[in-house]
Amino acid sequence: MAATAGTAEAAPSVEARGVGLRAGLVTFAFLLAALAVGLAVGPVHVGLGSIVRSALSYVPFLHVHQPLGAVDRAVLWQLRAPRVALAALVGGMLAVAGASYQGVFRNPLCDPYLLGVAGGAGLGATLAIVYASTAAAGGSWTVPLAAFAGAIAAVVVTYGLGRSAGATHMTGALVLAGVTTATFTAAVQTFVQQQHTQQLQNVYSWLLGGFSTATWHDVAICAPYVAAGSLVLVLHRRVLDVLSLGDDEAASLGVDVGRARLAIVVAATLGTAAAVAVSGLIAFVGIIVPHTIRLLVSTSYRAVVPLSLLVGAGFLVLTDVVARTVLSPAELPIGVVTAFFGAPFFAVVLRTSRGAR
Amino acid sequence: MHRPTIAVAAALAAALAVVSLSAAAPARSQAKHRYPHRIVSLSPTVTEDLFAIGAGKQVVAVDNDSNYPARAPRTKLSGLTPNVEAIAGYHPDLVLISYDPGNVAAQLRKLGIKVVDEPAANDLKQAYGEILGLGRLTGHTRGARAVVHSMRTQLAAIVRSVPKTRRHLRVYHELDPTYYSATSKTFIGSIYRLFGFRNIADAADSSGGGYPQLSGEYIVASDPQIIVLADTRCCGQSYATVASRPGWATISAVRHHRVVSANDDVASRWGPRIVQFARTVARIARQG
Repeated sequence: MAATAGTAEAAPSVEARGVGLRAGLVTFAFLLAALAVGLAVGPVHVGLGSIVRSALSYVPFLHVHQPLGAVDRAVLWQLRAPRVALAALVGGMLAVAGASYQGVFRNPLCDPYLLGVAGGAGLGATLAIVYASTAAAGGSWTVPLAAFAGAIAAVVVTYGLGRSAGATHMTGALVLAGVTTATFTAAVQTFVQQQHTQQLQNVYSWLLGGFSTATWHDVAICAPYVAAGSLVLVLHRRVLDVLSLGDDEAASLGVDVGRARLAIVVAATLGTAAAVAVSGLIAFVGIIVPHTIRLLVSTSYRAVVPLSLLVGAGFLVLTDVVARTVLSPAELPIGVVTAFFGAPFFAVVLRTSRGAR
Repeated sequence: MHRPTIAVAAALAAALAVVSLSAAAPARSQAKHRYPHRIVSLSPTVTEDLFAIGAGKQVVAVDNDSNYPARAPRTKLSGLTPNVEAIAGYHPDLVLISYDPGNVAAQLRKLGIKVVDEPAANDLKQAYGEILGLGRLTGHTRGARAVVHSMRTQLAAIVRSVPKTRRHLRVYHELDPTYYSATSKTFIGSIYRLFGFRNIADAADSSGGGYPQLSGEYIVASDPQIIVLADTRCCGQSYATVASRPGWATISAVRHHRVVSANDDVASRWGPRIVQFARTVARIARQG
């Protein structure tokens, strides 16, 4: 499968591989730098040296003295570190899912919320907040679980609708079915929310998304899905290249189009649903990151998919740094930051790449 | 021939009498009701005020969030997304609002209905002003004065009950579990100012809106000495849930059990029940 794809497009594949290694190292360095900035910057000042020594003090047999007091330690390792980790997981997942959806539907404007994930998750979370608010108090399980279930249910409905519309126009039908599901779930969600105005604030804070209350618990909930989902997508990067040629061409090259598409959609959906469940709805990441990589590195999915994972993670970590520092010690909703900085950045990338050609 | 004429004349006279009586009836009832007697309140705070000053009998309908006092005629009317037709259906002679989305007030006035806006107060002075104003509007000036006087004296006594050493506690007021808070510029913040508390949200309000969302690490590092939870009903928060939040065990308020479980409704309104709220805060401030 991979070999056929390679021979079919020998020239770009060599180019992609050559650029890939250098770009891979650069993006990996970008992610590491973003994580370091994420840990070091916040409303409470903790020096970089103290952070490193504090981290080393947890390593057994090193006997490094813990330089931080109880409060700084709590701020750093219980509040800031899980925030950074969760932003990285969610950012990577949204970017890689966005890239994959764009490939599988051959539509550059697809985002990870395309098949109704956002609407379904929003409805699930709203129902949980409104009808199980007391249950939500005990552990932070109810709302993420309901959002996850809602997202999956919405995508299943979308897939069912799309299939019934006919397999020949599968991609087009699926996108339309996704719009249908999203509109309907949004309508029900708004209705439920208007019936319970006392919970309005809770519903809105969830919908706006963000990492202000991230815990290691949230990281543990979403990590397995993000790991599995992004692994499947990275393994399908060559298939995505073949699929981008068209269903018939891909089939003639020996790809089981239906099965490949289902595997990619399931992996991207599961991962996105888990990300949305713990962080709410964060827009733009799934579109901006893959396109930036296409413009700066390569349009081949062999580069776009794995690099989206790394850049998306770093991008959202940095975005969250802005969200928690620009109005410090107040918070800014992260969706505002992704859109405000993401959109002009995308425009600049678009312009410079045109000028270069 | 005369008989039918007399009968017709009698019938006519009777009819005229009925008509003139029914025409006179509203005029007479208006004379009887110098003050509005079909009041619709679309604000939970105004509802509490009206019943406290003794105007409850003049109220025909209150909005769906007006859950206090229990005897208030609660309806499905919404104060947040008001429907002019539904409000007019109660034939009100006075509609009281605290919030006016989509120019409801102007639409109601077009129907000839008197509308008075009682916006959210920013301090006790404004809250007292609204209570006295409602007293004048409804003919309960004395009742309103009594309510304001009782609030004033009770609040003063409550503040005095807190020893001077506890008058400068750092306070964190929580509106929801994502750390939205209220600064000293808000009504609830003005209650903390009475005690002399220092509000940790003040430093975070660059926009001046009064309700910033604080960052978790800032709250932990600010080390509040008293925490007031105004999200106990909406979001099930309590001392236990706050103490179990990662990193929060280091906070003074948590270590000394100075966490107030407030009634969300009381803490978000600017009515007479704020006295009860202040009493609870004072009790927690004194302990530990």
